[in-house]
Amino acid sequence: MSLFLWGLAIIIIGGLASLFSGRKPGLATFLGSVSVVVGSVIAVVPAFKVLLTGSIESLQLNWSVPSGSFFIQIDPISALFLIPILGLTAVAAIYGAEYLWAYREKKNLGVPWFFYNLLLAGMMLVVVARNGLLFLVAWEIMSLASFFLVTFEYEKPMVRQAGWIYLIATHIGTAFLIVFFILLGRHAGSLDFDKVSEIPSSLASILFVLAVIGFGTKAGFMPFHVWLPYAHPAAPSHVSAVMSGVMIKTGVYGLVRALTLLGMPPVWWCWALIAIGAISGVLGVLFALAQHDLKRLLAYHSVENIGIITIGLGVGLLGINMNSPTLAILGFGGGLLHVINHAVFKGLLFLGAGAVLHSSGTGHIDLLGGLIKRMPVTAFTFLVGSIAISGLPPLNGFISEFLIYLGVFKNGFAGGFESIIPALVVIGSLALIGGLALACFTKAFGVIFLGEPRSNYAKQVHEVGFCMKSSMVILATLCVLLGICSPWVIKSAENVIFEITSIPLETIQTELAATSAVLMNIVIISLVLLGLTITFAVLRKLMLSTRGIRQVGTWDCGYAKPDARMQYTAASFAQPLTDLFKMFLRSLKKISPVKGIFPAQSAFHTDTSDISEKYMYQPLFSWVSSSFSRLRWLQQGRLQIYILYIALTLWILLIWKLM
Amino acid sequence: MMTILKFANPILGLVIAPFLLGVINRTKAVFAGRTGQPLLQPYYDIWKLLRKGAVYSRTTSWIFRAGPVLGLAVTLTAALLMPFGGIPAAIAFKGDLILFIYLFGLMRFFTVISAMDTGSSLEGMGASREVTFSAMSEPALLIGLAAIAKCTGYISLTQMFSSVVPELWLRSGPALVLAGVALLIVFLAENCRIPVDDPNTHLELTMIHEVMALDHGGPDFGFILYSAALKMWLLGQILIGIAVPIHTGNVWLDTPAAIAGMLLLAVVVGVIESSMARLRLLHVPQLLIGATTLSVLALVLR
Repeated sequence: MSLFLWGLAIIIIGGLASLFSGRKPGLATFLGSVSVVVGSVIAVVPAFKVLLTGSIESLQLNWSVPSGSFFIQIDPISALFLIPILGLTAVAAIYGAEYLWAYREKKNLGVPWFFYNLLLAGMMLVVVARNGLLFLVAWEIMSLASFFLVTFEYEKPMVRQAGWIYLIATHIGTAFLIVFFILLGRHAGSLDFDKVSEIPSSLASILFVLAVIGFGTKAGFMPFHVWLPYAHPAAPSHVSAVMSGVMIKTGVYGLVRALTLLGMPPVWWCWALIAIGAISGVLGVLFALAQHDLKRLLAYHSVENIGIITIGLGVGLLGINMNSPTLAILGFGGGLLHVINHAVFKGLLFLGAGAVLHSSGTGHIDLLGGLIKRMPVTAFTFLVGSIAISGLPPLNGFISEFLIYLGVFKNGFAGGFESIIPALVVIGSLALIGGLALACFTKAFGVIFLGEPRSNYAKQVHEVGFCMKSSMVILATLCVLLGICSPWVIKSAENVIFEITSIPLETIQTELAATSAVLMNIVIISLVLLGLTITFAVLRKLMLSTRGIRQVGTWDCGYAKPDARMQYTAASFAQPLTDLFKMFLRSLKKISPVKGIFPAQSAFHTDTSDISEKYMYQPLFSWVSSSFSRLRWLQQGRLQIYILYIALTLWILLIWKLM
Repeated sequence: MMTILKFANPILGLVIAPFLLGVINRTKAVFAGRTGQPLLQPYYDIWKLLRKGAVYSRTTSWIFRAGPVLGLAVTLTAALLMPFGGIPAAIAFKGDLILFIYLFGLMRFFTVISAMDTGSSLEGMGASREVTFSAMSEPALLIGLAAIAKCTGYISLTQMFSSVVPELWLRSGPALVLAGVALLIVFLAENCRIPVDDPNTHLELTMIHEVMALDHGGPDFGFILYSAALKMWLLGQILIGIAVPIHTGNVWLDTPAAIAGMLLLAVVVGVIESSMARLRLLHVPQLLIGATTLSVLALVLR
């Protein structure tokens, strides 16, 4: 525990030091990034220790705040979330040191580093806090620090709008959490988590709904995800990586923690989680497919991956409900492994997007093309991330999806109709998500990195520097390692699963050993695949070594003047799928069609706005503002009237008390 | 002997797979009243291509060269997971069917990006159609296999198919028929056959799979043809595994039965191709959603 506090202290002090040395950009960058890396390395040690041994470390200090106490604890669940939080934030800090350097003339670099360190400190506290009030304070630190990071480039109107939407959305979520903790605390008599026990089922269901909305807003469940597609593109790329890779996972953490507090789940909770997961997953990837901006596309993919994680949690919960340890272990195991995997590959993809943005100056997919020739390292790491996020073997994304599938295939059909329907939803939605994610990432990678440059933005690019490159390479290596080492990685989840499900540790160990053996086969297959690929590559090289190889233009059906603008664009690539699902997407199309024998000009433009924003939040907020405007007559602007209001209120309260 | 048997499926696949294409072409020729190309023509084509030099577009990068190599490696690796006739798969474990399907996903990823690597709008068009149709066929395939897994009670391909015996057909025939029809549609779509794609078309605008390989030549194209034949061989075995319930336990009886089944499947594909036209591209998703519906019914049926 003391190492954890030391790490936390280094991060906070480093942030403050960076803030005060803001005049010297070099010093501020150094203090900010180095303190994050050093602090993370120190603080991650106890996290690993707790995860592997299953011991629990706690610290309780008095805090002179009503019903608050400084009660922190690292248990295996906290440790599981702490590791990606510390790891990804440290890697992204190395990247950020170079990324933010470009702004040194225009901005005070101490400020973003201060908030970056504060964001990390907030996230660390959120996952270890064991008191409702402390949790909410840490939650607010995290939310506000990330708000200031999102609005880093506040001079742009788009960024200000994004920050505004984020601030409102996160506080709507927090409002539900405050109610959650008040209800929980009123029942337990204390806000400390360890005092909670034996919640009656009606209260538990209310608390479950509050937790799903409150934590789901942070995690990005459909339809509470509206802030993600605004906030992620607006933030500096290393911050987007952290926000999307780990900050939204604190929502998942909150939900998992709430589930451990609420006791035995009724079956509708499981169905609700599976349904939320399936809807978020499928719609998230569909909206991603329709996007033209790279970071916005990635933001929607976070919604998709949170959906997969939620499906895993739902399957695990169903296992508890049906009293099927296999289902519970594989569901939670897959879902929680996906938390780590998503942190790695989504972090990588956002860093890659940042590298593209940094060197080309645009994130608009249809203006790019052919970047693989000028930016080979970025292209390669982005390809690794794309394969991982599409859930394809042998990388890490496949492993976590495989575990969820395996749970359902192994034990999902046993219980008759009631278990077949959830199994069907899980298999169908995971398969559809996989297919659509493949479409989305072949589109993103193919249009951005392959082919010919579509504009001058794409012609002037250059490879990024050492810091940015190395942090992307680290994450890409992790994508491979987490896939290849999965038989060992999954075994380390035993304590976490024990903590969540309370299934006897021996049952968990047997089940995980069996799973590990299955994963071992996948590893063997991966190695065979690698071996065969190398063999065929060598064979091809040998075959071609003595023969003529010519370079020509791409086949264009004999067209005389091909142009880079004639290439398939992201919009045209996605068009068959977006048309097929237009019921959900409701894209706006502006077409000025080809007219006459010698057409002068024609154009095609699509714009896909968010359905839940357009059909849910906008009507809701306009209704709220119009109903509040009816109360305008109360506000007269005269001091006497206001004093009258105060007097009246006091008078009413007095009478109420006397009665 | 046992070690050789373990690798029977990849080896048999390498030897027999192109022959299936020959059978399909011969069936179509018979229906059209032509003599048709030699049965071994696909072998001649691949051999000829493997001995050629190569021509590359200036636009392309290493992705374009890696695609065919990876495609062939993936199909051969997938062959290790598939049992054939009475011969169990080289590597069998619980849930291997998921890995089997996802390996083809990896192959598709590389086929698609190596098509996009050329910067050609025609190949982009083919790539776009490929991802669209495969995204629709993936749920049908997985749910269909889940239905068979539910009927047989096993989730490893080897155990699953070896327990498809006549008694199982008597017990859960309707579910197997529904799943079989769904998987046949997926088989036709994944292997670019009519009614989804026409391998004989010569217009770039209407092709799906062929157009993605438009710029490939020489050994690369040879690899692509070979892996396409192997993919057909492997996906066909899912159908044969259900439709030919001859699993006596005697390798010398089961394997010839399975090979005969594969050849029959090739004839069926030839008949389908001769007797119906290709669907309009807009109607293909409806067909695939229909297949998914059949799979769902098969899973829900008891």
